[in-house]
Amino acid sequence: MTHISHFMAVVLFALFASVVFGITQRETPRRMLRYGTYCFTLFVGSAIVLSWVMFFIAR
Amino acid sequence: MATAANKTAAQPNSAQGFVYLPLIAGWLFPGAGHFLLRKWGRGALLAVSIIGMFAMGLAMKGKIYSGASEILEILGMAGDLGNGLLYFAGRTMGWGADQMMVTTADYGTKFIVVSGLLNVIAAVDAHNLRTGRKAS
Repeated sequence: MTHISHFMAVVLFALFASVVFGITQRETPRRMLRYGTYCFTLFVGSAIVLSWVMFFIAR
Repeated sequence: MATAANKTAAQPNSAQGFVYLPLIAGWLFPGAGHFLLRKWGRGALLAVSIIGMFAMGLAMKGKIYSGASEILEILGMAGDLGNGLLYFAGRTMGWGADQMMVTTADYGTKFIVVSGLLNVIAAVDAHNLRTGRKAS
């Protein structure tokens, strides 16, 4: 069984999903790379922001 | 996004053959639809991503939905079915946990469901390439 941290799970999820989104939603390799990077940044960034929001709500 | 110019410029990759073959092949095995269309790099990336996500889900002791009695289980099973042969192999071999005993198992279950949904997106993309709806 694999024990990974919550953050690592988020990063892996974002990586796999962003690769598929980039390839399927854009037509040229350059735009695929840009869109995949954009999706990855939004996935991980929003997880970090929401985590801090929940941290302050819980205090 | 396909524009009007792209739609008119886009041509089917092959005028002959079963038009739904990339869709079905892509559903059965991740990336196979793109391999059939000779998009080797894209197919390999899709296969690694989708199979990797499915494998990570199993490694985290995620659950593969087998029965559908409640609405959430029906939705989960619909997502799992998107994995094609991976789902049936998992059911046959008894992969995945019967019950979620640890926190990461919940994440693992979601990884398996999402890998199935991503595989459906990839298979539809292969179909769009085959029909010419997507230019390249």
